[in-house]
Amino acid sequence: MIYGLSLSACLFAFWLLLSGYFEAFLVAAGAGSSVAVALFAHRMKVLDREGHPIHLSLRALTYWPWLGIEIIKSAWNVSRIILDPKLPISPTLVRFKPSQRTIVGLVTHANSITLTPGTITVEANEGEFLVHGLTKTGAQGCIDSEMDRRVTRFEGRA
Amino acid sequence: MAGLVDIASWICLVAGGFFSIVGTIGLNRMPDFFTRMHAASVTDTLGAGLVLLGLMLQAGWTLVMVKLVFLGLLMFFASPAAAHALAKAALARGLKPRLHEEDPSSKRS
Amino acid sequence: MFATVIIALLIALAFALLRAVLGPTVFDRVQAANSVGTISMLLLVAIGFLTDRPDFEDLAIVYGLLNVVGTFAVLKFFRHGDLGHSADETETS
Repeated sequence: MIYGLSLSACLFAFWLLLSGYFEAFLVAAGAGSSVAVALFAHRMKVLDREGHPIHLSLRALTYWPWLGIEIIKSAWNVSRIILDPKLPISPTLVRFKPSQRTIVGLVTHANSITLTPGTITVEANEGEFLVHGLTKTGAQGCIDSEMDRRVTRFEGRA
Repeated sequence: MAGLVDIASWICLVAGGFFSIVGTIGLNRMPDFFTRMHAASVTDTLGAGLVLLGLMLQAGWTLVMVKLVFLGLLMFFASPAAAHALAKAALARGLKPRLHEEDPSSKRS
Repeated sequence: MFATVIIALLIALAFALLRAVLGPTVFDRVQAANSVGTISMLLLVAIGFLTDRPDFEDLAIVYGLLNVVGTFAVLKFFRHGDLGHSADETETS
């Protein structure tokens, strides 16, 4: 139920964002269609903890700023490598075991790795990630990393 | 105050444009497909993020700013998914990444 | 100042197009097309500010959404040969 309400609220906010008109009829039509879409999603059984994880939104507020700083740092490193005339790259594939247990946690971890420049998750299966890194140190830095611990804390005791 | 915000948005816009160019230069300099993806993700994250941030500072608290925030969130959630799908598809198709041990001298294509 | 960022983005666009033309494999071209999509999205927003027409932000949102969908569609096509491929079959291929 709470997921349905929150999905309706998100859809309604999206409607207001795209329309930009605040007449009574248009706002009412937007509210009606967002509730209808939430009901359809409920009937299709795609509305659950996984598809719409609002229980994580509070912890996301502490995780995302840290991720942003990480992205800036690694993007700076990759930019230096690109502009270096010698192009000091050492591409490496590493395979390791992430410590998350929920699907949301695993996806968050894999997406965070991909989002930081210099590392890309090539395969993300339960219990095993295959990560391609631009440099050897960068790729091996993904194993048992600070990010791993933070995502595990972020997903909580699910 | 307005001047300060202007200067901050100037810095963000110029840095964003710079990182976009750096990312695409890397797209051309890197020797193989997997390393090119790393260069492209510089454009996708830092370039796009800084340009959007600079424009947000210009927009002020309006509907335009909300739209820019939405665009930023879209990039934030969608671009790693696309990059992951691309890497996985390339590996499944049999494209072997050039690894450090096999080829110590960094050749260019 | 918006003109500056637009020129920078146009230079970046030229480099991305160069890779799309050169790219030896199809995945290089898809990656370059993805970058072109991102850059043109930013370009649209910047043009919206330059000409003071906020409608361009909506176009940019549509471009951003299409960029993702387009990348997935092209990838699916080149991986499986058709677009109507379900997720269950993907695992076995």
